[in-house]
Amino acid sequence: MKGNEAIAHAAIRYGVDGYFGYPITPQSEILETLEAEMPWETTGMVVLQAESEISSINMVYGGAATGKAVMTSSSSPGISLMQEGLSYIAAGELPALVVNVMRGGPGLGTIHPSQSDYFQATKGGGHGDYHFIVLAPATVQEMADFVGLGFDLAFKYRTPAMILADGIVGQMMEKVVLPPFRPRRTDEEIALQCPWAVTGHPAKRKPNVMTTLELDSAKMEENNERYQRTYRLIESNEVRFQGYHLDDAEYLMVAFGSMARICLKAIEDARLAGMKIGLIRPITLWPFPYEAIAELSRKVKGMLVVELNAGQMIEDVRIATEGRVPVHHFGRMGGIVPDPGQVLDSFISFFPHSK
Amino acid sequence: MKQEIIIAGFGGQGVLSMGKILAYAGLMDDLEVTWMPSYGPEQRGGTANVTVILSNEPISSPVLDSFDTAVILNQQSLDKFESKVKPGGMLIYDPYGIHHMPQRTDISVHRIDAMEATFDLKSSKAYNMVVLGALLKLRPIVPVESVMAGLKKVLPERHHHLLDLNREAIMRGMDLVKD
Repeated sequence: MKGNEAIAHAAIRYGVDGYFGYPITPQSEILETLEAEMPWETTGMVVLQAESEISSINMVYGGAATGKAVMTSSSSPGISLMQEGLSYIAAGELPALVVNVMRGGPGLGTIHPSQSDYFQATKGGGHGDYHFIVLAPATVQEMADFVGLGFDLAFKYRTPAMILADGIVGQMMEKVVLPPFRPRRTDEEIALQCPWAVTGHPAKRKPNVMTTLELDSAKMEENNERYQRTYRLIESNEVRFQGYHLDDAEYLMVAFGSMARICLKAIEDARLAGMKIGLIRPITLWPFPYEAIAELSRKVKGMLVVELNAGQMIEDVRIATEGRVPVHHFGRMGGIVPDPGQVLDSFISFFPHSK
Repeated sequence: MKQEIIIAGFGGQGVLSMGKILAYAGLMDDLEVTWMPSYGPEQRGGTANVTVILSNEPISSPVLDSFDTAVILNQQSLDKFESKVKPGGMLIYDPYGIHHMPQRTDISVHRIDAMEATFDLKSSKAYNMVVLGALLKLRPIVPVESVMAGLKKVLPERHHHLLDLNREAIMRGMDLVKD
């Protein structure tokens, strides 16, 4: 099935309580599949097409405040519209899942694949000092798996999580093993798991209040310190990446999502010609695998960062390498996807001695 | 075994569906598969193409610069993909609507009169299955039974009465290949 369809099926099977979204290419199959599957008749999951992305994200904000597992999905311009809501959800320390199947920007841009929302996703596209966990799937299998992983992490740390995919992995079809069905949590289970949730006002406890407004600056700084402690915890526990051909690598490519697979093919071709190139694929873009890349920067002669953008993740790679090795960038923009041959040509142009 | 295939033609010729059925057939045969379409406005009458990879091993890139096999159904696609067939690879084309025939001599080139055969079948929608039959005769990557199992999976149940027509179309395509 398609990557987008895998997300919809995985959401139903995870026991998601609500999906709120507005259609936009290249991810409309998520909403379409949910509507075709009609989970409201089986698991009781709510599927709602809102009147806009702003509405969707605020429905997610409301749903998440009640401790429910809620999500939305969109593509780049739609995610831009959601940034205010995302900042609020992060400030409210609320678990939620947001899927961005990126297309070429800026502006309304194209409908074709892109990775140009890396900055927006990893550096906080809305206002204020916040982060959310960003997962970058490279296969349809990961599109399915990261729904559960995203929600698990979101609830564990009380923070929103994002699946940052691109049009390739959204639109392509491959084999996928869907996760097993699990029932939606009962109200009792939610009350137990989320004692902070705004679920009505039983006489036995003090009311829970969900607000992101704090006019006392001292208290607001305390809130910020608490957010930052959570972020440090996530950084030490949840960095994920995958390495390929690292054992004998003399050079390194760094790429995420579907671009990593195109690089892997280029590397397989290069290895037939005796060029020893390895690949690091960050799976969590935030928290970023700084240490793994720092370690490799002590071994290899140079790195090429390959992205469907003008050079965004390269900044994190440069932070990790601290100038120890040359780090170059190859990227295509606006929805153009390079093939493995173009990636290899670019690599050779930067590192002519690698041959 | 690894086959990297591009199928390219006009939107509406059933290019994407043909790739989808081939991918599902591979799935039925326990192969690793990827199906990567050109998506978007091309689907409405412009050019459409899909890259299908079938392999015993995990597949890295779904996007390719060269192919083992190209199935070409219009002139624009021939212009675009003839040069991208690997040396020793195969190009299958339907001359219907093609004015400049393929020129390569380092690949095997097969002409398949699939559109003409489809006129006889009296169902224009079976065109892509005729082409698929020819492809499978020339490149027996998956058995016809796996294709039928894949078709059953892709076609909604209300269209299952068309399975026989599809089988006939596939057989017709196979017969088009001259030994």
